[in-house]
Amino acid sequence: MTAQETAPELLPLGVDGILVRFARKLSEQANARALSFRDQVEAAAISGVTEAVSSLVSVRVGFDPEKTSRATLIKTLNALIATPAYIDPGPRRLWHIPAAFGPDFAPQLREVAGLAGLTPQQAVKEIEATQVRVIAIGFAPGQPYLGMLPDHWNVPRQSELTDSLPRGALITAVRQLIIWAADAPTGWRHIGQTAFRVYLPETATPFAFEPGDAVQFRAVSDTEFRTIQTNPDTNGGAACEVLR
Amino acid sequence: MPRLTIHSAGPGLTVQDTGRPGWTAQGLSAGGAADPLALLEGAALLGVNPAQAVIEMMGFGGTFSVSEGARFVLTGAVMQADIDGTPVAHNATYILPADAKLTIRAAQKGVFGYLRIAGGITTDPIMDSRATHLTAGIGARLHPGDTLPLGPDPDRLRAPQKLPPADRFTGGTIRIMPGPQSDFFSPESQDAFCATTFHRSPRGNRQGIRLDHTGRNFATSTGLTHVSDLIVPGDIQITGEGVPYILLAECQTIGGYPRIGSVIPADLPRIAQAAPGTPLQFQRLTVQEADATATSQEAQVRVLAKLCQPMIRDPHDIAGLLGYQLISGATPGDDLERP
Repeated sequence: MTAQETAPELLPLGVDGILVRFARKLSEQANARALSFRDQVEAAAISGVTEAVSSLVSVRVGFDPEKTSRATLIKTLNALIATPAYIDPGPRRLWHIPAAFGPDFAPQLREVAGLAGLTPQQAVKEIEATQVRVIAIGFAPGQPYLGMLPDHWNVPRQSELTDSLPRGALITAVRQLIIWAADAPTGWRHIGQTAFRVYLPETATPFAFEPGDAVQFRAVSDTEFRTIQTNPDTNGGAACEVLR
Repeated sequence: MPRLTIHSAGPGLTVQDTGRPGWTAQGLSAGGAADPLALLEGAALLGVNPAQAVIEMMGFGGTFSVSEGARFVLTGAVMQADIDGTPVAHNATYILPADAKLTIRAAQKGVFGYLRIAGGITTDPIMDSRATHLTAGIGARLHPGDTLPLGPDPDRLRAPQKLPPADRFTGGTIRIMPGPQSDFFSPESQDAFCATTFHRSPRGNRQGIRLDHTGRNFATSTGLTHVSDLIVPGDIQITGEGVPYILLAECQTIGGYPRIGSVIPADLPRIAQAAPGTPLQFQRLTVQEADATATSQEAQVRVLAKLCQPMIRDPHDIAGLLGYQLISGATPGDDLERP
């Protein structure tokens, strides 16, 4: 761990917020620290704190300026940071999500596998074998950034943007996977397809994922996938296992 | 249940309220009215809860009627309006009689106008809010023929009020505070940013507005390699090409472009209400100076309520006074206790 990672920066983010940034570059350690620090802040139930939100390498702690002050909160947060309690307790939940990797559903799998030095079959096996974590949610509501895949998956974004992708597309870049939920161009490559909806705004639980959740993909045949797609009773055939 | 009917509509009409905070971690920004001050002005004038939902009108208004007479107020952008030909002033309370036509025209000053009807629009809340969030697929733009349910007016006998609108339509000097990425920009670049006159670009919406300028390019050399981080409304992000964008209510929750600073909430309505071409300059505050400007909605409404003045009108000038059933409703019963 570098010195920068061991000494988080406390920075202003709005008149009612402090950003605790654990690193300036994405790493698994920095993300794990952000996720667990968010839990730590929540568990501490600090007076005047309105929210604690984690992102890739940071946590924004929002506060009510009428109930506390920036100076007071910085002291409290520094004390929490000094408490050596950031052991990642592991994911709360594990999602099992079916995905199709056949030619109809994975137009760029062969290209990505090549860039990672793998055959398409090996690439799918590695995705199935890696339990990824929700390292952040964003860009579109509920859309998860999942990481990290092994080092050789450090494939950059492509410079030409893909104009649109089907909802639930499994895309990859820089050792991460995304279950696509946005209506926007992207430079990430399309290597599989889920029928999973990460965001259901009109239901009681609009967002499937919480930061820190674990996800394991299961490869299914294109035929099986089409059956899953047409079954309205499950969310893309996914199952959620509560771990703690 | 009383209803509001939309007979004609500009392209940017949506239902808005104070938004749905609390979902940032799930990738959903709070949204809500682009000019929150206009929501509070309307609430102070009508004596209603600021969280009641209103119609936001971007650039152009529409024609409206109600099935039961109701008090209403127009705030935010200045839009010429009339009830069946009788003019209606901005930032003043009126009664819209049942079945009369309220016509609201294009914005003369500002961008976002608001029609607040006492009782509020009572569509089904989604995640505890009625605010349309277009980029998140919550709600939709309003169209001619739409009808919306209205809540009961909590204070229908309240005397008419007016309120001088806070002028926020002419741009000018906007106060900004430092953010987590400000020092990704050199001190010279930050100084130059505050010495530049920008103009609000024609490109803008509820997500944010683009700024046009000539001269220095503010892009950082490392602009594309930063790890994505959390955004708050007001943040000024500089794209890889060096174009500044100021993010508004419906912004994304995380972004990879570095942000040179953040417009303080007190000045954000000036950004939302700057029409294309409006000149904008930026003045840096220290964190302490910025924090001193923080206030709550409740405190703002208290201040606005004190600024409201009774409006004396000749009854002959009040369109359709007899159409409003002044004695049929129940009051909350606490009229004498209220300030």
